[in-house]
Amino acid sequence: MLSLLHFLVLGSILFSLSVVGIFLNRKNVIILLMSIELMLLSVNLNFVAFSHFLGNDDGQIFVFFILTVAAAEAAIGLAILVVLFRNRQTINVADLDQLKG
Amino acid sequence: MNFETFIFYVFSAITVFAASRVVSVRNPVFAAMFLVLTFFSCAGIWLLLEAEFLAITLVLVYVGAVMVLFLFVVMMLDVNVEPLREGFVKYLPVGLLVGAIMFIEMVLLIARSFKSDSFPAPTSAAAADYSNTEALGELLYSKYLFQFEIAAIILLVAIVAAIALTMRRRPDTKYQKPAEQINVTKADRLRVVKMTSETQQRNS
Repeated sequence: MLSLLHFLVLGSILFSLSVVGIFLNRKNVIILLMSIELMLLSVNLNFVAFSHFLGNDDGQIFVFFILTVAAAEAAIGLAILVVLFRNRQTINVADLDQLKG
Repeated sequence: MNFETFIFYVFSAITVFAASRVVSVRNPVFAAMFLVLTFFSCAGIWLLLEAEFLAITLVLVYVGAVMVLFLFVVMMLDVNVEPLREGFVKYLPVGLLVGAIMFIEMVLLIARSFKSDSFPAPTSAAAADYSNTEALGELLYSKYLFQFEIAAIILLVAIVAAIALTMRRRPDTKYQKPAEQINVTKADRLRVVKMTSETQQRNS
């Protein structure tokens, strides 16, 4: 029988995988953005699971708003990426040192 | 193990496999494709959780819009992936270690706090005329109306920001100026020349 535990463990597997992805692809901005999308997905999975097992639809509203914000974030992130590539001809994080930070 | 559990394990196996390929595959296009697979199977899991509206939204909005945007950008940028991969092997052990530690910590906490008997699955099946979309809509347009409007403004700001960031004037492009085209008067285009009349001369 499926319990809340199953879904929470699946969510934590997804979250850990995306953290590993951020570690491994720390040069590639595109994969970094994808890892962030994966993180948001695992959080959404938790919200949906809790909403189902508590019998409360409010959790699904939260998922709705997270999806909205994630879509906006992806659009602006990719726009910044395009401008970045246009100006520097690279998306390597190591080359982005113009601010001398 | 009943059928529902079987479905859950199949979908979560696909999800975890695809997610691990997203972070490890060499070509960003394949990474985007595996991310699509991840979202798709996750939508299946959400259907198991009776969140039908959100499952369809995930497929439509994420797979249909956001991932297509990702694919557009990945294919539009001529990225050489080789220098981006350096350090992959070097950071593999520490990345896996941090991931494993985070996973073990989360599982320890979850297994302690949410024992399977403390959150029993809702046994009463939903009524035949129950609509998940309707229930969400009623919540969204009553209790969460203000937040809904804020979400709309966030989307508007995102549209404006994305366009403002990527729009550029190319010097070699020729633009029409409709305002000037409409404002033109007869005096701008036509010049009446005063001259004496001429007779046509024929060679006879």
